[in-house]
Amino acid sequence: MSRQYITGCTAAAEAAKLAAVEVIAAYPITPQTHIVQTLSQDVYNGVLDAVFVPVESEHSAMSATVGASITGARAFTASSSQGLALMHEVLPYAAGLRLPIVMAIANRSVASPVTIFTDHQDSLPQRETGFMQFYAESCQDIFDLILLAYKVTENKDVLLPAMVCFDGFFLSHISEPVEIPEAEEVAAFVPRTKPQYPTMDLEHPRSFNAMAFPEHFEEFQRDKFVSMAKAASVFDEAAKEFQQRFGRLHSRIETFFCEDADWILIGLGSMMGTVRTCVEELRAKGEKVGMIAIKAYRPFPVQDVVDALKNCKGVGVMDRDVGYGTGGIVYQDVSRSLYHLDKKPHLSNYILGLGGRDVTKKTVYKCFEQVKTWKDAQASDGNDVFWPDENTKVWDTWGVGE
Amino acid sequence: MTITLKSLTDERFVAPGRAGCAGCPAVMGAKMVTKVLGNNAMMVTSTGCMCVNYGYQGSTMFPYIHSLFPNAGAVISGIDAGLKAQGKREDVNLFAYCGDGGTVDIGIQALSGAVDRGHKFLYICYDNEGYMNTGGQRSGATPYKAKTTTTPVGDKQSGEPRALSHRKDMVKIMANHGIPYTATASVAYPVDFMKKVEKAISIDGPTYIHLHSPCLVGWGIAENMGVTVARAAVETCMFPLYEVENGIHYQITKNIKDKKPIAEYLKLQGRFKHLFSNEAGAEYMAEMQHDVDAGWDYLQKLASLG
Ligand SMILES: Cc1ncc(C[n+]2csc(CCOP(=O)(O)OP(=O)(O)O)c2C)c(N)n1
Repeated sequence: MSRQYITGCTAAAEAAKLAAVEVIAAYPITPQTHIVQTLSQDVYNGVLDAVFVPVESEHSAMSATVGASITGARAFTASSSQGLALMHEVLPYAAGLRLPIVMAIANRSVASPVTIFTDHQDSLPQRETGFMQFYAESCQDIFDLILLAYKVTENKDVLLPAMVCFDGFFLSHISEPVEIPEAEEVAAFVPRTKPQYPTMDLEHPRSFNAMAFPEHFEEFQRDKFVSMAKAASVFDEAAKEFQQRFGRLHSRIETFFCEDADWILIGLGSMMGTVRTCVEELRAKGEKVGMIAIKAYRPFPVQDVVDALKNCKGVGVMDRDVGYGTGGIVYQDVSRSLYHLDKKPHLSNYILGLGGRDVTKKTVYKCFEQVKTWKDAQASDGNDVFWPDENTKVWDTWGVGE
Repeated sequence: MTITLKSLTDERFVAPGRAGCAGCPAVMGAKMVTKVLGNNAMMVTSTGCMCVNYGYQGSTMFPYIHSLFPNAGAVISGIDAGLKAQGKREDVNLFAYCGDGGTVDIGIQALSGAVDRGHKFLYICYDNEGYMNTGGQRSGATPYKAKTTTTPVGDKQSGEPRALSHRKDMVKIMANHGIPYTATASVAYPVDFMKKVEKAISIDGPTYIHLHSPCLVGWGIAENMGVTVARAAVETCMFPLYEVENGIHYQITKNIKDKKPIAEYLKLQGRFKHLFSNEAGAEYMAEMQHDVDAGWDYLQKLASLG
């Protein structure tokens, strides 16, 4: 084991390398580029015994990753933003073929207007493609989650591909200390075994992506739905083993001071680190606040979220994305989880941090203030969605929304 | 090259009972390929008639994957890379068999990238000159003035209007990537085609064959006329048979001494019927004849360079 001071992109590349991936097919895009650059250098320097396929687009990146995976090779790719959007057609294809692909996503918003900075509007819209989705809060998370993702995706009860998402620049380009195990330790955790899924193989000829008609198609979807649900306990088991081997415990949701909290903020990604700090500061002042960072977004940890929120008075859902004409995407999942409770906490939604806007402590405090005063009755006309860090100057000068 | 019709194996590599139209030349073409590549084949088809043919009722007796419509070139790249990474590439006859839409239009980027990277595979485009599986719409391979369901015969305008009159020359596009082997072929010349398949698959790099393959329904021809029409395309030099090595050495594989007028080919098909009903049609045909003559001359010049 060594402790290295590395960026999120390096941590992702390091994890893929230690997982001994055999094929990497990827295309450059900021802020993900360093991952594929690092891996190609590793291949060229002979540090990583893999085939690097420098494809001509992200659509082809996922397609070639599919091709490699279906021969039984352990395959890896990475993307962001426009690249992920271009890849969209191939994502349900990969999931439907039940291929254990792991993809790193350095989150970046999508045009227009063009931006290279972070929010979750690239990966969250891909949430129903059949990919599992994990969100990192730190560079260590990125490293760990990629290894965990291989462990879970290759489990024969799951066999669904996975995205490990982390905020562009805030994590992709910022260095933090990351503990890196030895190659043998990683190999023991994610050993290369015979593929647990049907592959293209001369000995056992099979047809892939055949046509399914209405009497069969739905069951293919149902099967993925069930496997996605199973992924939750498979992840928990894997996390236990991970903890035994490497000492760190990962949960599908990370709760912080939730047990006796009256007011809780919930969200995903690097901004939850800031929320953590605010919770500590407010707790020091005697305020009963807490926070939840969602680490596994697909499968969505419904029961864990319910358990953590059922006794509090108010919940604020922080969305680094926006659902036009409705509200944040995470908000929809959290409200769906709480709906069946007899006694529900008040719920409100915060759209923030879009296109790289900093989620500052000031913004987080504002959210907590709002959560405390919010009553659901006020939401009758759908105004439960707030923009806590609006730039009023721009709003007024440009006449935004007029 | 050893292939003769007699030397072909009787073994079947595709299960009977598939969903292609009776007499479909593209299905015949695929059968010819499998006779050469045998059970060591792995096949990729992009979305189109072949994914219905192989991925619906029957199936190949070797590994097969239907890619999506635009990504056959990329999926096959990944298969090549995956097999190589595991030391399993050696014995596999890896090939793609895709329509002209999946090749010259929506899939051209993935294919261009794949051959540019030098993956080892044979890509065969069965060219039926349109999007046939979706009901016969025009593609970048639809010939000038052909009637399709998106270039219909109307009161104001009739047939494919492409300003430059030539369709996309996919063979030269591929040859000009500088790949080791590119060729045209026709379902009407099975031995020529199969020899080319045998040659291409033995090459350690990307190879491309453009197979002319009439669509009975889309072109308006009878079930038993597919081969006749395909042969007429070669005899009129609408579709010459040749091969190109390393992007520069052109060789004509079926020499045509007495080129027939293109009307002999066009008149066999419903999609060109409108050209025979008025003077404008005659003018268009003269224009097309001029193009075909010029193309054939040019090809002969290229071939004479050796
Ligand atoms: C991205 C995408 N766009 C459109 C389609 C609809 N589509 C399916 S097959 C096809 C045409 C295929 O044409 P071609 O490749 O020439 O093959 P053919 O049908 O002639 O065999 C189209 C337009 C699709 N499946 N995917």
